This record gives sequence, C-alpha cells and structure tokens, in this order.
Amino acid sequence: MDCGSDKVIYMDNNATTRIAPEVLEAMMPFLEDCYGNPSSMHTFGGQVGKAVEQARGRIAELIGAEPEEIVFTSCGTESDSTAILSALQSQPEQRHIVTTRVEHPAVKNLCETLDLLTGHKHKVTRLMVEADGTLDMMKYQEALTEDTAIVSVMWANNETGVLFPVEAMAAMAKERGILFHTDAVQAVGKIPLNMRENQIDFLSLSGHKLHAPKGIGVLYVRKGSPFVPFLHGGHQEHGRRGGTENVASIVGLGRACQLAGEMMKEENTRVRALRDKLEKGLMASIPKSILNGHSEDRLPNTSNISFEYVEGEAILLHMNQHGICASSGSACTSGSLEPSHVLRAMGVAFTAAHGSIRFSLSIYNTEEEVDFVLDKMPKIIADLREMSPFWEG
Amino acid sequence: MWEYTNKVQQHFMQPKNVGEVGNPSGTGDVGSLACGDALKLTIKVDENDLIVDAKFKTFGCASAIASSSVLTELIKGMSVDEAAKITNEDIAEALGGLPKEKMHCSVMGREALEAAIADYRGVILPMAQGEVVCECFGVTDLEVVRAIRESGLRSVEEITHFTKAGGGCGKCEDRLREILQKTVEGLAEKSAPVQEKRMTTLQKIKKIEQVLEREIRPTLKKDGGDIELVDVDGDFVTVSLRGACAGCHSSRTTLKEYVEKKLREQVVDSLIVEEGK
Repeated sequence: MDCGSDKVIYMDNNATTRIAPEVLEAMMPFLEDCYGNPSSMHTFGGQVGKAVEQARGRIAELIGAEPEEIVFTSCGTESDSTAILSALQSQPEQRHIVTTRVEHPAVKNLCETLDLLTGHKHKVTRLMVEADGTLDMMKYQEALTEDTAIVSVMWANNETGVLFPVEAMAAMAKERGILFHTDAVQAVGKIPLNMRENQIDFLSLSGHKLHAPKGIGVLYVRKGSPFVPFLHGGHQEHGRRGGTENVASIVGLGRACQLAGEMMKEENTRVRALRDKLEKGLMASIPKSILNGHSEDRLPNTSNISFEYVEGEAILLHMNQHGICASSGSACTSGSLEPSHVLRAMGVAFTAAHGSIRFSLSIYNTEEEVDFVLDKMPKIIADLREMSPFWEG
Repeated sequence: MWEYTNKVQQHFMQPKNVGEVGNPSGTGDVGSLACGDALKLTIKVDENDLIVDAKFKTFGCASAIASSSVLTELIKGMSVDEAAKITNEDIAEALGGLPKEKMHCSVMGREALEAAIADYRGVILPMAQGEVVCECFGVTDLEVVRAIRESGLRSVEEITHFTKAGGGCGKCEDRLREILQKTVEGLAEKSAPVQEKRMTTLQKIKKIEQVLEREIRPTLKKDGGDIELVDVDGDFVTVSLRGACAGCHSSRTTLKEYVEKKLREQVVDSLIVEEGK
C-alpha cells in the first residue's frame, strides 16, 4: 500500500512522526532473522536480549538516567496509567491527586475514573492555566496537601507546545515527600532534559513522537521511588512490567534516542527557525489571527494559531487538498462536540477556539515546505471567511 | 477522519449560492460561534410564492457547508409550501448521506429554512416556544421530540448526533432519556397493530387491581398473607407481599407461580411481577 508520504507536507509531528530510515534499518534484523525471545537460555534468544539492553542504555543516555530506571511499556498512555496507579497503590491512605486542566486525555481521563478503578473515593485538583497557557506556582504550592499521593503535570503541552516548569515543581513536591510524575511524551527528543538534574520520580515517553515506531513507550522510574506494577505477568523488566518485549520496536526506540541526541541542536535551531518563519508569516499575512500559547517557553517545533470566524475542519480539508497535514482544536475535529479542552482552559474565545490550527514540525521539514504553506494559507482562510456569516470583510 | 461522500466533498469544495440575497424576502439565522456551527440563509420569494433565489453563509465544518449548499439548490424553484416540507433527512439524502455524528449539520439546515420561511410569512416559529433542555447547546424539548419522530431515534447517543443535546456537560442526559421514552411510547401506541388491542397503562392498572381484589388477595389472606400493588411501569408490575407472606421462604414461588401466572392469564401475558418497596 502506498500512502504517498513523499507527496505531502507533513506538519503534524505532535500527532505522530515518521520512522527515521536509520531506525527502520536498526529494526529490520529483529523482524526477520533475529526473532528469539530475549529471556531464553539459548544464544539465539540471548543475543536478542543483548540488543534490548543496548537499546535501554541508549534511551537512558538521552534522558540522563540509569539503564535500570528504564521500563519498557507499549505506549505513553500505559506509562501514564502505570505511574499514577502505582502511586495510589503504594500509598493507599492518600487519595488526593494534583494535576492540570490541560493534560493529555491519557492522564485527564484516567483521573476521572479513579474511583471506579480503585473502589475508593479520590479528590483531584486540576490546576487552571493562564491565558498564555502557563501555571500559577503559588496556586500549585497551595494545592499540595498531606493527602496528596502524586502530582502529574506534563512537561510540554501537545496542542500549544507550552512548557511547564516541572523540575521546579518536582522539587516543591519532594520537599513535602510527594511523588511527582510527568508526561514528557512531547518533550523527549525535542528539548534536552537530564533526570540527574531533577527530582522527578516518574516520566513517560513515547516512541512514535520521536521517529521510532508506534506501540512502544517507556516509563522512567527513579531508583528508590516506590513502584507497583500495572501489567503483571512474566518476570520481564525485573518484574516491573510483564509481557514479552516488543524487541524490534525497542531496538528502534534505542536508535531513535541516539539520533535525537545527535539532532537535538538542529531541532532547537533550524527547526525552531522554520517554525518561527511559518508563525510570523501567517500572523502577518492573515488578519485576525491569534497565537495560542506563550511565545517563549514553548517547544521549538509547535505553532498553534487561531483564525477567527472560520472553522478548523473546513480549514484542514482545504489544506489537505494541497497535501498539507496539520491538526485543529475545533469541536468538529475533536470527536466530541466540544472544542479542545486545552484552549478552553486557556480561556480562548469561541470566535477563535473553533478556528485553531496546530502546525508541528520536525527535522524532516524544509524551508520550501514552509514557503509553500505561507503561500497557500491566506487564500484558504480568505475564501472561508467570504462564506462566514460573522466575517465583515 | 470522516468518510465523506463525493457529493459532500463537491458541495464543500465548490459550494453553490454562497452569499446573501439582496433585499431578502426571508432570513433564517441559526447557530452561533459558541456552538461551532452557524448558518444564515436568505431567500427571495416572488408573487406566486415561488422561491426564486436562495443564498447561504455558513460558519462550520465540511458537513455544515455542504448541507447549506445543497439546501439552497433544493429549494430554488420550489414553492414556499413545498420547501416547508423539507426535512433534515432530505438534506442528508441529497448529499448521499452524512456520518451519523454530523447529522446535526443537516438539522441546522432545516432549522434555517424554517426560520427563513417563518420570517417571510411573519409568524413566530413553533419551535421557539419549546423549553431549553440542553443548556450547552440551547436545544429545546420540542426540537428533541421532532428529531426523535422524524429520524426514528432510539437512543440518547442518537439524539446527540442529530441535535447536539447531551454532547457538552452531559447534565441533561436523564431528561433526554425521559423525553425519548415518552416520545417512543407515544409513537408505539399510535402504530400498534389493531388485532392486539393494546391496553393503556391506566386500563392495565385497573385490571391488575381488579384481579388482585377479586382473586389474589382473598386467597393469600386465607393463609394470613396479603399483597399490595406498588407500581406499574410498562410490563413491569411491582408488588409488596404483606403479613405472613412477607417473611415466608416460599414467597418467591407465590409471587411467580401464582401471582404472576394469574395476572398473565387475566390481564396480559407479557407482565413481569417483581417485589419492591
């Protein structure tokens, strides 16, 4: 099946990324000849086990961790559930969780079903955000109580790219003896981070956001932090996560982390410059366009812009005609009937929330592509505005 | 992500009749920025009550724009009376169908048409007199009932797909279920086959009470027991066993093999009798 990836301008990397050619190359032997079970006694399996450990080392290196602190999961969502449920189970008397209003559904929806899952009544504090998407540190401090089992705050927001000061927040939590988890799925591979320089207990990362395959994730568990497994079963991952390892994807993720380390500078210079050019260009050429999210403390690749008086799905479909791939926070694209909870939490007006478009770049994007998008967008928006009962022209 | 038909794609990419009719005979303005859907329909009607022109302006997704476009094509050349008969199903059909989550876009088209015709005729819309059930999207009970009737809806989820009611905070879900039950029952009564001669709930209760008084209670009283009718809901009959029956370990047998059997024989054979307070 041919999906024509060479014909699209892919600017939806926060949704998922292409598997890097080097990553695919590293994976292939484990999809063909090297199919042994890493836990087996024979060399045939054992050599595969070695490759898994090598990958583990590479991932640990990217995030400044020890290899023993890396637990393989099937995805970021599993890592999130594992961390939060573990904290609740290791401290059964503590029933309070502190999180934010702008978390990914993997954390947000989990927190909404805790009572059903554990059979106990829980209290969840969801910190509000300012209009620019940032958190109020005073309110955060005030939210921490003796009953708090865990704090879960994302490192980078998937919709706006806004960064939260999770390292400082973890320090505050640890002062009170509270566990700290961060969903760093969007941050790892895009910005440098070093677990030796912070006190975060748990960190989630996801392969398919950094040019590794879908279906592989990692939960970082700090040495010494209490941990209760989520998936019970075999003795894999030293009893922390049962299930035969997704070897090929693990090897792929290892290679991807290596690459991410090598490309980190480029991501934060060339890619950032492309994002800035795209963003400035769109805001300048299209009237009534609003940037969603703090302009400074953001991921280098993300730009979330609202075009007032027109609707997101309609914009995306016109962009699609030109082969441009992006996402929207509109109600029609959310799967529910409400626009993005992140934008609503930021207080973005309805005139803008429905017309928001998220561009998320990667090292594979070029300046030509940015120029092409800058060329096409003004007319797309203008034509839809012609049709809109709210646009006065 | 949505599977759109070719017709929808055509009407979205090259919509017909975009704009506003100059000096319109009628204007229909529905939806809002808050909702994420809005449609302004303007029509020109001649002295023979024929719609000679129709234009639209829409804020919304592909389904909303396509629905508006195809609607204007449908009504141009129709008499106002004919146009007034157009349903949202007609709009969806003209597009070759819409994903079920997008059916509310076709409903919006119909509402704008209604509003435009009402404006032309100078009357107040009957729908405007409904009571708001869903606060998030401003949907009234009359709108929900109409959607249930016209599109044969059978679940709260379907109501949400067609009207958006219940799709926001969800607080109105119970009320929607209530409306659904009432409306569906009302429809079933109308369309029940003549041979069955369905009983109304009132008739059913009266008959059950009769059988209880005439036969069942005297029999139970002979053994020191008694029975009381608590509620009747459709085919569910709730009773309360009293006296000696209350604590008896054979009470379940009495309930099922005697009371339920008797009531099934003498009232209607689909009754289900259970104990309750």
